[in-house]
Amino acid sequence: MKTLWVVLLLALTGGLHAQTAVPTEDDPLTAKREVELASKLRCLVCQNQSIADSHASLAVDLRRQIREQIAAGKSDAEIVNFMTDRYGDFVLYQPPFKATTLLLWLGPLLLLALGALVVVRVVRGRRQAGPPLSDDERARAEALLAGKESGQ
Amino acid sequence: MKKAALYLIPLAAFVILAVFLLRGLWLNPREVPSPLIGKAAPMFERPNLHQPGLQFASKQMMGQVWIFNVWASWCTPCRQEHPLWNELATKKLVPIIGMNYKDDADAAKKWLADLGDPYTLTIVDDDGRLGIDYGVYGVPETFIIDKQGVIRHKHIGPVTPEAIEKQIVPLVRELQKS
Repeated sequence: MKTLWVVLLLALTGGLHAQTAVPTEDDPLTAKREVELASKLRCLVCQNQSIADSHASLAVDLRRQIREQIAAGKSDAEIVNFMTDRYGDFVLYQPPFKATTLLLWLGPLLLLALGALVVVRVVRGRRQAGPPLSDDERARAEALLAGKESGQ
Repeated sequence: MKKAALYLIPLAAFVILAVFLLRGLWLNPREVPSPLIGKAAPMFERPNLHQPGLQFASKQMMGQVWIFNVWASWCTPCRQEHPLWNELATKKLVPIIGMNYKDDADAAKKWLADLGDPYTLTIVDDDGRLGIDYGVYGVPETFIIDKQGVIRHKHIGPVTPEAIEKQIVPLVRELQKS
């Protein structure tokens, strides 16, 4: 985890030198929060990257926005709200739990329960043996098991 | 009989999944629904591209329907949709305000001089902050804002003749009546 942070911070500060005038290295706490927030937010230009990873100009602008709001004393929740107010829940890698995302969150559990139900039913079905063997059948089975008779 | 029904479950599950995936083929992941639709358009005061000393306040548009088109001279798809705005502008149906997004003012002016200027006026968003307020992520983007200053429609990417004829113009007309 620590290494991940180091890598992220290094990646970010590298970008910052090139793109902005505000050196965040001065305040490691701000930088850490910025990276933390930025990695939770999806970049809308290159949708499989977070704002922290992306070099798209929008991502750079949004990082600047995050930095400024941290400096202005905004809480993480306020900053995330700022983003979702403008870009929607789509920017959150972790979507909120609400009516429209119910299926998204509970779907896997539902499927798991369904799977468990199927397993239980199958196993139970297996346990219920058929009618007991007749004496004849039993004798033949024993013969087969002993290898005396070659069954077809 | 019961067993046969049980075997149909995976088939049904497959069909449902296939329908969703098939639908996904025709969805555009770049078109992210804007949370701003139905909400008040963010107010702004921005300099005019042609007269940088002159500030334009969006308040002035209250009481009329207007189109807000985000463009930039570096944006290739903007070039593609531009003739459509020129055409719409000649109809004088609705004011079209341009937001020149993260652009160089001289390049922007040259672009308008070369390709025609359909905009009632163009405001400058050189640092992209106004763009962020409007949730802009892929230029060109177009907003339709009603008389009360509420965003009623957002078109992401270049408009097409169909979008203008079937969505934008009818919506503008309808909003102008109300």
